[in-house]
Amino acid sequence: MKILQCLKMAMNAILANKMRSFLTMLGIIIGVLSVTVLVAIGQGTTANVTSRISSLGTNMITVRNTNPRVMQLTLNEIGALRGKSGVGEVSPVISSSLTLKAGINTYDTTVYGVTEGYDTIRNYALSTGRFITASDVENRSSVCVVGVEVADELFAQRDVIGETIRIDGRAYTIVGLFTEMGDSEGASLDSMVFIPFTIAQRTFRNTTISTFYASAVSSEDADVSLAEATLNDFMLAKTGDADYFRVTSQSQLLETMSSITNTLSLLLAGIAGISLLVGGIGIMNIMLVSVSERTREIGIRKAIGAQKLDIMLQFMIEAVSISLVGGLIGLGLGFFVVNVVSPLINVTMMMSSSVALLSVVFSVLVGVLFGCYPANVAASLLPIEALRYE
Amino acid sequence: MIELKQIVKRYKMGGEVIHALDRVDLTIADHEFVAIIGPSGSGKSTLMNIVGCLDYPDEGEYLLDGEDVSEFSPRQLAVIRNKKIGFIFQQFNLLGKLSAYENVELPLIYQNLPSQERKQRVTEALERVGLGDRMKHRPNQLSGGQQQRVAIARALSTHPQLLLADEPTGNLDSKSGRDILQILHELHDQGNTILLITHDNAISLEAQRRMSIRDGRISLVNGSHDVTKAHEPRPEGLDREESAS
Repeated sequence: MKILQCLKMAMNAILANKMRSFLTMLGIIIGVLSVTVLVAIGQGTTANVTSRISSLGTNMITVRNTNPRVMQLTLNEIGALRGKSGVGEVSPVISSSLTLKAGINTYDTTVYGVTEGYDTIRNYALSTGRFITASDVENRSSVCVVGVEVADELFAQRDVIGETIRIDGRAYTIVGLFTEMGDSEGASLDSMVFIPFTIAQRTFRNTTISTFYASAVSSEDADVSLAEATLNDFMLAKTGDADYFRVTSQSQLLETMSSITNTLSLLLAGIAGISLLVGGIGIMNIMLVSVSERTREIGIRKAIGAQKLDIMLQFMIEAVSISLVGGLIGLGLGFFVVNVVSPLINVTMMMSSSVALLSVVFSVLVGVLFGCYPANVAASLLPIEALRYE
Repeated sequence: MIELKQIVKRYKMGGEVIHALDRVDLTIADHEFVAIIGPSGSGKSTLMNIVGCLDYPDEGEYLLDGEDVSEFSPRQLAVIRNKKIGFIFQQFNLLGKLSAYENVELPLIYQNLPSQERKQRVTEALERVGLGDRMKHRPNQLSGGQQQRVAIARALSTHPQLLLADEPTGNLDSKSGRDILQILHELHDQGNTILLITHDNAISLEAQRRMSIRDGRISLVNGSHDVTKAHEPRPEGLDREESAS
């Protein structure tokens, strides 16, 4: 009941000075708006980076042989790792830039030699056909799997299963077509061609395996670590020196990236938080002016029986109302920017309800914090002094 | 029942100690109408502040209904002001942003009364001062006399033990001033205790008993309890009123 009355008094006081209240509120509005939008940008960027990395397969592990002249890896050794503790699929990769031909059309691109399971490791999806199989690798079959851009360039259509392309003089039958990725990534899958590893070694005249990829059985941290350890042990046993190879997991990369983007988000939120703080100082400033303007009112209220707490509460509620309303308006504008403006300017923004809630709670806290002092000044006025004030 | 015993209040001004109140004794019985006259600087404002529980005496006892309020905490004094004392100021001291109704309601809000009872008491008080039709008006839409009547209604709404009127006609023309004094008389007749503080001798004649204050000392001017005479309105006295504007 009493709170309700205080609320009514505060509202009256706020409405009595609309322009001033609005300007005071503006500080909080801008503060909350910048907090929500900047955090949304930060989170949008984080989500963007994370999803790009995840789309490459979070359980992927890369093994690099940094000194292939000392030690050679063979396909059989690598194949033997498949299914070992923690390890799912494994596949070596060699690549070469070559010219593809089909009829009179040519296309320059990178051709990759891989084994079965490589699509699983990299999270590649096929729109039609199949990926390279174990028997393709074993029999050195002349088959290939291509991206949509390759199909478009060479055949001007996407129904290409069974068509033949010539790579370095040899004819390959297309057995699979990847799902279109769009141009989101630098080296797009759309322009890639995959052939069985064994035939690639011949075609590229290169038997050195400097890199191979593996997947952990799941993207659980424990499984990824286990797979990493298995691969590490294998490489250590082969080379005898930890400096000769490097085992890196995608989740490590993901961690690094997300720690970077999180720091970025925090930085943005910090900057925005400062503007909210400045808004709070604005509230304190105006509240102090308001207290000295209303000294006589405070004196009258005290004379007719207002307690210190009543006066305190009245000014506190005034400050908190300004900051709360400002916070809600700021949040509303933030929603507008995130949902309406961001698609127009092509910036990924993500607003979580927790951040929305937090920014409003924070703005209320700012009101409490900066309303405290003026409210206390008001409540501590002596009634006779306040009544004498002109 | 109000009893001030040997009240002393000192101020320091420019290194000199001034006795605003110098061992003041004052007793006001219930249902009495007492006037205190004194020129400015006589200590009457200080006396009013102490009687009104707005300030503490430096020495002495102040018994209000048998309780020594000079020992009370500021918190308790606020309750006393709220429940036992009704202030009527020279400057009216209404809140300009509130309507007449809301102004009168304010002390009742601080008493935490339920809204139904507040409404009844506010309406009763405003009708009592003849402003039942002006409840929604703001002070700046009312004449000085009407504003002072709102202030009286505010003082009445809590049913206080004591009505404390500090130059209640000081800012009013003589006609409005007469109306206000008329209301005070009626309130007195209905059993209210009234302490009227003024610098105007003529207005003090309205009271049953008159005290004079000068240099912080109080003395009896007229001990007559001739109630009938005191109740006569004295328009001729008001005509000589010097407005303290």
